[in-house]
Amino acid sequence: MEAVKFENVKFSYREEEDEFAVNGVTLSIEEGQFVAVLGRNGSGKSTLAKMINALLVPTEGSVTVFGLDASDPKNTFEIRKSAGMVFQNPDNQTVASIVEDDVAFGPENIGVPREEIGKRIDFALDAVGMQAYRHATPSRLSGGQKQRIAIAGVLAVMPKIMILDESTAMLDPKGRREVMDVIKKLNKERGMTVILITHFMDEALEADRAIVMHRGEAVMDGTPEEIFSRADELETYNLTLPRAAYISKKLAEGGMPVKGAFNAEELAEEICASLRKI
Amino acid sequence: MLNDVTFGQYYPVKSFVHNMDARAKIVFMIAYIVAIFLAKNFFGLLAVTAFLIFVVLLSRVPFGRVLRSVKMILFLIIFTAILNLFFYSGESSYQPLVEWWIITITWESIVNMVFLALRLFLLVMGTSVLTLTTTPVALTDGIESLLTPLKWIKFPVHELALIMSIALRFIPTLMDETNRIVAAQKARGADFETGGLIKRAKAVVPILIPLLVSAFRRAEDLGDAMDARCYSGAKGRTKYKKLVFTWRDLLGLLFLGGLITGVVFLNIYLGGKFSILGYFL
Repeated sequence: MEAVKFENVKFSYREEEDEFAVNGVTLSIEEGQFVAVLGRNGSGKSTLAKMINALLVPTEGSVTVFGLDASDPKNTFEIRKSAGMVFQNPDNQTVASIVEDDVAFGPENIGVPREEIGKRIDFALDAVGMQAYRHATPSRLSGGQKQRIAIAGVLAVMPKIMILDESTAMLDPKGRREVMDVIKKLNKERGMTVILITHFMDEALEADRAIVMHRGEAVMDGTPEEIFSRADELETYNLTLPRAAYISKKLAEGGMPVKGAFNAEELAEEICASLRKI
Repeated sequence: MLNDVTFGQYYPVKSFVHNMDARAKIVFMIAYIVAIFLAKNFFGLLAVTAFLIFVVLLSRVPFGRVLRSVKMILFLIIFTAILNLFFYSGESSYQPLVEWWIITITWESIVNMVFLALRLFLLVMGTSVLTLTTTPVALTDGIESLLTPLKWIKFPVHELALIMSIALRFIPTLMDETNRIVAAQKARGADFETGGLIKRAKAVVPILIPLLVSAFRRAEDLGDAMDARCYSGAKGRTKYKKLVFTWRDLLGLLFLGGLITGVVFLNIYLGGKFSILGYFL
């Protein structure tokens, strides 16, 4: 089933201007897919994400989430229930000073009965591996832990889509790994549709599909491997390759017979193989 | 230094007082203040003091910790006490002790000063027992619950409580931010330590402005995050944590009722605050 569908969507932050942050995007995302949306700052990727859960409403065109038109204010509540969103700054998303109360915020908003909320908190904290911190204070946790709490807060609403708007951008490598592991697990084990907005190319490699945004348009769309094998095209959009892919490309240019590799293991194997040939 | 204030003053131990319902404790607090102001003589205040000591013992919070909160407003107590000593203008049935310029000190003014200082002292001690034994979250929940009747006159009780709890939640975040801004301004040569009062007050401006800007940005982010989690006001909202009124609370309130009645009786039978002078002079 189609989870999200964009049809010729345009969005402008100011009404009179013709400058569109998102300029004619048409694409659809299947349920259960793990999609990475790439692009440099100002490419319109965050704007695109915010239209999925009706935080922003398209200026032109239509966004549909599980068949519901996101432009219709009557659908807003239902859409937000099915599409949860985690934001960039881990400090600005928690409402309560105790983890458990914060996770409860979403279910409380949608009117879940009290006993059920308790179960949902258990489920959400288990899913992100933060059960031990149930009574902790978010401000004392690390960035990665705070972001996992934010994910739990969204999970407790039980959405079908999880949108992560540069949620790893402010984290250290360890925190980034923690968050990526959690969302990958959610996608694989629970079939959660994940839309990951990022500018870390290495994260995009973990997705099923990658979409490149440039000046408000979706300019590339395909599996991460396809996208990253078109290195020259990527460069015109000011994007780089994942680290391993970059190294293998440079090695090949230098005359070493390595095929394009995307992650560290592949690269290591390629290098070993080429060394044996010499 | 700023990090100490983070969690209000909550003193985390388990005790009878800690386990009481936040609502009961707030009502308790109000009744206690009423008792302080009802007391017209020293015997009444003595009864209140005895009650306070009993509650502090019961709460298992060390006395030093409770006294520390008085330290902050010690200046205020001394200041009002001195003003009262010098400018008390009530009737006096004894010879003035000092008469100089516009200042007159009589036995009554001394009694008045001591009485007032004692009242203020008891007031602060009592309120800090509340904040020492109740978490900020429980406190806001309690206030929300107590204000519920105001919903009838369309007073936004839920919104007020949410604003309060978010404000509490952001205290540590904004403290960190302040520390960062101070460090950044110092690194660029700002001087916060020297100079007179006005110069120092002016030096605070370059801290406040970035702090304010960032607070607004955070507020916008938080608004988005709340929207994304389906927040749409109090309508159709459930609550996960529920306050429970127990036998402890009933017992406490009965006890406090006793205190107030006692104070009133002491007022009736033992006269005004100045009658104490009769015992000595």
